Amino acid sequence: MTAAYAQPSLTSRISTALYLHPKLLLTLLLAPPLLWLGVIYLGSLFALLLQSFFYVDEFSGNIVREFSLATYAQLFSRANADIFLRTTVMAAAVTVAAALIAFPIAYYMVRYASMRMKALLYLAVMLPLWSSYLVRVYAWKLILAKEGIVTWFAAQLHLTWMLDAVLSIPVIGGPSLSISYIGSFLVFLYIWLPFMILPIVAALERVPASLTEASADLGATPKQTLRKVILPLAFPGVVAGSIFTFSLTLGDYIIPGIIGNSRPFIGQAVYQFQGTAGNIPLAAAFTVVPILIMALYLTAARRLGAFDAL
Amino acid sequence: MTKLPEIAVSFAGVSRRFGEVRAVDGVSFEIQDGEFFSMLGPSGSGKTTCLRLIAGFEQPDAGNIAIHGANVEGVPPYQRDVNTVFQDYALFPHMSVSENVEYGLMIRRVPAAERRRRSQEMLGLVKLEALGTRKPNQLSGGQRQRVALARALINRPSVLLLDEPLGALDLKLREQMQEELKALQRQVGITFIHVTHDQGEALAMSDRLAVFNHGRIEQIGAPAEIYEHPASAFVAGFVGVSNVCSGELARRLTASAQPFAIRPEKIAMFGASEQGPDGWLAIAGRIRAVTYHGATTRYAVALEGGGELAVMQQNAGDGEPFASIGEPVRLAWSRRLNQPLAGDL
Repeated sequence: MTAAYAQPSLTSRISTALYLHPKLLLTLLLAPPLLWLGVIYLGSLFALLLQSFFYVDEFSGNIVREFSLATYAQLFSRANADIFLRTTVMAAAVTVAAALIAFPIAYYMVRYASMRMKALLYLAVMLPLWSSYLVRVYAWKLILAKEGIVTWFAAQLHLTWMLDAVLSIPVIGGPSLSISYIGSFLVFLYIWLPFMILPIVAALERVPASLTEASADLGATPKQTLRKVILPLAFPGVVAGSIFTFSLTLGDYIIPGIIGNSRPFIGQAVYQFQGTAGNIPLAAAFTVVPILIMALYLTAARRLGAFDAL
Repeated sequence: MTKLPEIAVSFAGVSRRFGEVRAVDGVSFEIQDGEFFSMLGPSGSGKTTCLRLIAGFEQPDAGNIAIHGANVEGVPPYQRDVNTVFQDYALFPHMSVSENVEYGLMIRRVPAAERRRRSQEMLGLVKLEALGTRKPNQLSGGQRQRVALARALINRPSVLLLDEPLGALDLKLREQMQEELKALQRQVGITFIHVTHDQGEALAMSDRLAVFNHGRIEQIGAPAEIYEHPASAFVAGFVGVSNVCSGELARRLTASAQPFAIRPEKIAMFGASEQGPDGWLAIAGRIRAVTYHGATTRYAVALEGGGELAVMQQNAGDGEPFASIGEPVRLAWSRRLNQPLAGDL
């Protein structure tokens, strides 16, 4: 008996052709997202970089579209260097603090919490992300203000002297929490913390509990196990989280505008130069700096072996 | 130096509950120093929990555990002189093979030079000298298992715990590792406590074994003792294949209601018209199914008057089956091979 395959319909013939040519299928599937990524993301980034090599004519105030390093010479003035330093130190401080707070929470979620507790904690971590960022930042302004709840609470506990002592610390202090680097730091930390917790949870989920037991079995105290086994294996998660907290703090221009002592951060400088000042080349050059800082950061993380255990 | 006591590990009335489940329920046993001891049972029978109690990952709710005579109540795993080979090997993925093996020594602050020497020695013992610089994910299952062994043995523990160490390996490798583990144990002279659900493995490797069921020990003994003289229907059925005869069938065969087990390979099969040797138990039946297993062929024989017995024959000749489905046969065996069983059936 000979069996003939039924005459296929057009769609089934297309399916067969794609099945037999997997590379064609892959190309068709990947082309739209790759075009999007290439043109919209990288294209605009490239256009931005290009802008930074133009300069503004001092007399006319017009943008001169010729290759020049004049804008970069302007970029490295004393005042601008302060902005970079201020922003980078803030981003680093926020990142370290976020990692210190996030790790125990993430570890608890992965190792100890029941399914129910874990779901609740996930909700608690993500719930704030569902409300408007601006509302939350303004809410913090009220919390940290001189007439706010923190001041009131300190007074109730007879700890006003402590709050005053903290606020009188040079540089990071100020007239009130909402007008100080401490205030900006607290709000940055609050806003970006979920972005540190979630990657660490993901990293710890992939560390089998048997590794902790094996370490104890081989004579390691809990502290040694933490240092030799858990932290190295969670490190890629910490790095992933720190990329978020660090780069988001580097680029943010809203929080330091609302809470802080009005000394500008990189984001605010970019905002001013491209807006009121109309100096697009300088604004573009300003954005190159965080890109470079992030590139250095990622290189350093790679050197430290952060991606080895991936 | 004082001589170590004879008993490596002892359990006295040990229980461990998880919520409502009694994982280990009043278990008592003693393991001799230098013995290869297996804990055999189906999953959930409490054998792994017993191993974890010895390692210190679990604490008993009741009873006493002693390792070399010392009560280990409240002693954390990192202070116990035992090491474990984990079921999933639990190799540290961020460390090389050598670093994994040296881990215990590194924790004890043994100088680097001695660490290196001893890890080379250990890797030699498990035939992996050349792979010290590899990462665990670059090794095969069998190689990982050897690294896990070396990592545990380098600490020279007084007791080595093995949690289903061969479970993830394929059949050929498993048989090879069974022999190697046994040889290794003789070489290092350490007490090995081995958890497995594979009865063949337990029989082949152990000096003695304990059969676990529902958190209790059904029987402890040497492999041949367990196999030839199972104490309960559970042991008879779990260790090897057994025909368990009870009630009416037992009465028909032996004129007594005392239940007993008879191994399929002990039953001789004859043609329907032949008679078995004098004094043997005999019963007529009809072949219901024939299963060919290579070295042996297994027959399911439906008995006259109800019931069924499994019979196993060596394929010593040309491999032609003794009888085909539907043929009448006569089964016979010596009465003294019946193994009386205790307990409920």
